[in-house]
Amino acid sequence: MAGPPPAPTPHHAPRAATPRRPRIGVVKFASCDGCQLTLLDLEDELLAIAERVDVVEFAEATSHRSSGPFDVLFVEGSISTAEQAVEIARLRTVTRHLVTIGACATAGGIQAIRNWFDHEEVRQTVYPEPAFVDSLALSRPVADFVAVDAELRGCPISPGQLREFLVALVTGRRPQLPDEAVCLECKRRGVVCVAVARGIACLGPVTRTGCGAICPAYGRGCYGCFGPRESANTASLAEWFGATTAAPDVARLFAGFTAWSGPNRTAIDALGGPPGQREAEGRSGDA
Amino acid sequence: MHDAIGTGGTGGTGNNLEIDVAGLTRVEGEGSLRLLVRDGVVQEARLEIFEAPRYFERLVVGRTPDEVIDIVARICGICPVAYQMTAVHAFEHGLGIPIDPQIRALRRLLYCGEWIESHALHVFLLHLPDFLGYPSALDMAKNHRAWVEAGLALKKVGNQIVELVGGRAIHPVSVRVGGFSRVLRRSEVERLAGPLTSALRIALDTVDLVTGLEPPSFDRTARLVALRHPSEYPMNEGRIVSTDGLDVAAGDWPSAFEESQVAWSHALQARGRDGNPYLLGPSARITLAADQLHPIAAASLASTGRAAAIRSNPYWSILARAIELVDATAEAIDLVEAYRAPDRPSTPWQPGPARASWATEAPRGLIFHDYRLDEEGHVAEARIVPPTSQNQAAIEADLAAFAPRVLALPREQATHRIEQLIRSYDPCISCATHFLRLDLETVP
Repeated sequence: MAGPPPAPTPHHAPRAATPRRPRIGVVKFASCDGCQLTLLDLEDELLAIAERVDVVEFAEATSHRSSGPFDVLFVEGSISTAEQAVEIARLRTVTRHLVTIGACATAGGIQAIRNWFDHEEVRQTVYPEPAFVDSLALSRPVADFVAVDAELRGCPISPGQLREFLVALVTGRRPQLPDEAVCLECKRRGVVCVAVARGIACLGPVTRTGCGAICPAYGRGCYGCFGPRESANTASLAEWFGATTAAPDVARLFAGFTAWSGPNRTAIDALGGPPGQREAEGRSGDA
Repeated sequence: MHDAIGTGGTGGTGNNLEIDVAGLTRVEGEGSLRLLVRDGVVQEARLEIFEAPRYFERLVVGRTPDEVIDIVARICGICPVAYQMTAVHAFEHGLGIPIDPQIRALRRLLYCGEWIESHALHVFLLHLPDFLGYPSALDMAKNHRAWVEAGLALKKVGNQIVELVGGRAIHPVSVRVGGFSRVLRRSEVERLAGPLTSALRIALDTVDLVTGLEPPSFDRTARLVALRHPSEYPMNEGRIVSTDGLDVAAGDWPSAFEESQVAWSHALQARGRDGNPYLLGPSARITLAADQLHPIAAASLASTGRAAAIRSNPYWSILARAIELVDATAEAIDLVEAYRAPDRPSTPWQPGPARASWATEAPRGLIFHDYRLDEEGHVAEARIVPPTSQNQAAIEADLAAFAPRVLALPREQATHRIEQLIRSYDPCISCATHFLRLDLETVP
């Protein structure tokens, strides 16, 4: 398998509007389909978008199939089987701009929690016949395998960010995707800080915005589904939580949908691992 | 370029037929289809599920009930509310937490939103293109734009409900053990009234549209299973009933059904304890609970004169979904009208040990969850049985029964008819695969 083509700088969006309609693909690996569903959830724009691009591969939506080439390929899901690792490498060779969508593709997803557990123990817990199960020991983000040109974060991705990305694509400009903390979104929205006013643990200070600060607006703490913002100081936030909360319960705050991303992973490791690890050790000890 | 419509390979003539659809399209998740007929006899009829395993039953171990509600939503992006509702009711029932009537009503409204979003997606974007002869709704829009727009408008109202009550349309955040994370004001909920009125109009027109379709003729007697509630169309609670007289409490699912492993699927297949397959979903609910439909939906069903056809022909599931679109929008209108904000967002509760089992009606049919909570109130063991893994055996039985009818058709048409049949069940393969993949070669 040939390596990926010379990749543009990460997070560098497609620039020039091509004279022909761009060939768009949507594919999935280990995931829930929610991020690709977000495309179909652009109810007001879907038909207009479809007139400006050629959707050549999108199994959930159309019986048109294509194995490439793609001008833009949206990739949902984490890489968690050997077959998927081969397929993502192939897709990279036939794709101009590879865009990962959602927490599974960009950070490994909730299924990456198993990365802390013993692989055999996990397989035996879930499958009556674990011998038939084909999975890699780790569930990992796409960028661990191939160069990624742009990413949309979130669990699921935000319809607003997807719309912005698609408009930028068809008009040939760079999309505006902010990298600031959820806290700023709360301030703009006029949401009272749940951490300060109500003492609720909130990952807002270390999490990239994009969701619209939904959780604080609905009276609960941010659970970090857009992943860490740049230079997120998770250790400091963990220490702050730790003043009032036991270490295992601080670990569980970080052990969510983007647990495997660097800053969250470091915080979880420092606190002794995610919930369920104790159980894992107990079980593999029995085996 | 390697573009094609479908990936189906078919072969054979006369009494022989071999159909392999390597990647099913317009279904949720990754699956394939294999049908082998030799001398007019069906040798194999398999819905193969090869979605990668994600091990959810293990991921929730050690987690608190509220964390489980967030995590299990991620099993499926199309029906996250079904997972959240089943889990939250299981925990509240297991821990003995009483629920405010307005919280109960809001949860029903949230579930109505998911039914509308999921059914509108399936009817207009996944299934209708089969009946009208298009590879997708995007292609169908070239000649039937008004209908695709109407379907998208209907779907949007479903999403608006989930977004308002749950915080966002996919993987909502507000559902908590005991209630919600915040109280919705009546003025917020009232904003849904206008959009819902238009949605009901579209839903009623949808019934007229799909009643006029001409599905392939196929009559069979299937064992249908659904929840049944004494006073409302089944959604968040009820007893498990069937067309052959089953009647057990929702938490007693394991007393009536069992899961077994088959070699060609990542999903465990569920069957009745007698070994027979059974079918869940809109057609089962209409058959077993038509008398509980909202009066507007009941009148709409009566006007079609097709209640018996819904029971016997799986292709008519598109009409069952349309009737449920009417039911869910009409009910949502009533719930919005009657809503009064509760005094507090949730009932306070204490974590502790419990056995938490419950079933609800996902858009695709009955879903069962079973958790054991340890002394600290963390999950020690979990079992999650989604609708599609329960439907798999019945789908294969229907496939085998239907296959002889397409032997005389040209190959492409035969493949199309078979794919259309699979889509009739709205299989959600992402849901079904908390279980295993395997190599066909390993099958003896």
